[in-house]
Amino acid sequence: MPAPNPAASDAATPDPSEAPPGRVVLDSRDISRALTRISHEILERNKGSQDLVLLGIPTRGVHLARRIAANISRVEGADVPVGSVDVTMYRDDLRMRPARTLLPTEIPSGGIDGKVVVLVDDVLYSGRTIRAALDALNDIGRPQAVRLAVLVDRGHRELPIRADFVGKNLPTSLAEKVAVRLEEHDGEDGVSIR
Amino acid sequence: MKKHLLSAADLSRDDAELILTTAEELRSLADRPIKKLPALRGRTIVNLFFEDSTRTRISFEAAAKRLSADVINFSAKGSSLSKGESLKDTALTLEAMGADAVVVRHWASGAPHLLANAGWSRSSVINAGDGTHEHPTQALLDAFTMWRHLGDLDGRRVAIVGDVLHSRVARSNALLLQTLGAEVTLVAPPTLLPYGVDTWGVSTSYDLDAVLPKSDVVMMLRVQRERMNASYFPTVREYSRRYGLDGRRMASLQDHTIVMHPGPMIRGMEITADVADSDRSVIVEQVTNGVAVRMAVLYLLLGGSEPAVGGAAHELSGGEE
Repeated sequence: MPAPNPAASDAATPDPSEAPPGRVVLDSRDISRALTRISHEILERNKGSQDLVLLGIPTRGVHLARRIAANISRVEGADVPVGSVDVTMYRDDLRMRPARTLLPTEIPSGGIDGKVVVLVDDVLYSGRTIRAALDALNDIGRPQAVRLAVLVDRGHRELPIRADFVGKNLPTSLAEKVAVRLEEHDGEDGVSIR
Repeated sequence: MKKHLLSAADLSRDDAELILTTAEELRSLADRPIKKLPALRGRTIVNLFFEDSTRTRISFEAAAKRLSADVINFSAKGSSLSKGESLKDTALTLEAMGADAVVVRHWASGAPHLLANAGWSRSSVINAGDGTHEHPTQALLDAFTMWRHLGDLDGRRVAIVGDVLHSRVARSNALLLQTLGAEVTLVAPPTLLPYGVDTWGVSTSYDLDAVLPKSDVVMMLRVQRERMNASYFPTVREYSRRYGLDGRRMASLQDHTIVMHPGPMIRGMEITADVADSDRSVIVEQVTNGVAVRMAVLYLLLGGSEPAVGGAAHELSGGEE
């Protein structure tokens, strides 16, 4: 079976199997602390976990969304619906490359109408992935509000988009690459820059 | 580089599995309030049907529309095709209209190949059934239906029963299912097995009762009397007694075995009503899956800058990763 195309997350995550480690900017414990803080910030902003829906952007955003949901259920004692939203068909560069493998879209059974949707992704870069995700949500339902949580904001926005919850602001040059590795997908946690 | 889908034999195992996994993602669209994706916005797909077809044309039309493509239906009846226009002139007309893809159903075997390879147009050509030759998207939707029910098709036994001689569905299925690792047995009276079937790499049998208990999938074919120019069997009654699937024969199947039919079916001939309406029958589901599979094919052929299945695209995208 062909490997899913990893280019789905803003070209910010190069092929993990070949990438040299580079400079580590977040280790496993840093990631865990950042996600704990984000989880609390989401709850604070939402005044609890009611009506929350976490939607990760595949692949790594989904794992992050699940971790945040686990944190929230530990703090609040209530389960938050988690799903995923694949933005492949909504990308503005769809026509510029060979057709890409679709990734799972799983909307929790309660839907997103009237809910507070928190989009979760690993790296925020140009903002084009998030624009595509907002378009995708438009075809799925009408949330009461949409917020954005990212593990790393590396700047260089090309669209008027900002994150509500940021794990770490990471000033980068355009030549640098940010690689996010997560236990569930890559066997270990870490964010590195090279 | 292949940009057409003309034969199930054009698909490598990776291609076929990519289509199936893509179809699986697209199938969930049917459960959403807005059944629409933007992938083919601004692309024009022409359904060019020289032969009557309800479900295939509607299925392709639904698939294209759900991907936001513009669809033009062009059927032989009531158009200049019935006035004697040649395939070449039709192709030039479609090219002039700016069709990105042509879905073609033709009574002559090989017509889609001619359309794709004669240099008349730059469109992608998708074979929606040509004569008694091939019907690759039907084979893909059949494989998809089996895959959803049985998982991996490696080593699964599929019996294809009935009028194999006139069946493009049987040929495409035999090719594709072998690519996916399944073992295919064609069951038909000797008169309804095509010449050269021994080169297909499948087993054949004249005895339905011997094959049924070993099968994981039983696919019944319609007897295509409109294509029959001679007597291939004595009477309908004798045919259905020897090669029809009835309740008694269904009882000899394994518990997990599914019954399929590409449609349209003739109840009482190759399949009885109680079998067609039973829990084992996935015939209605095949129609639902057809839309998802055709969406996957259209997306993978037309969605990007070049096709993702069937050739150079693999090397190219592999290099990028």
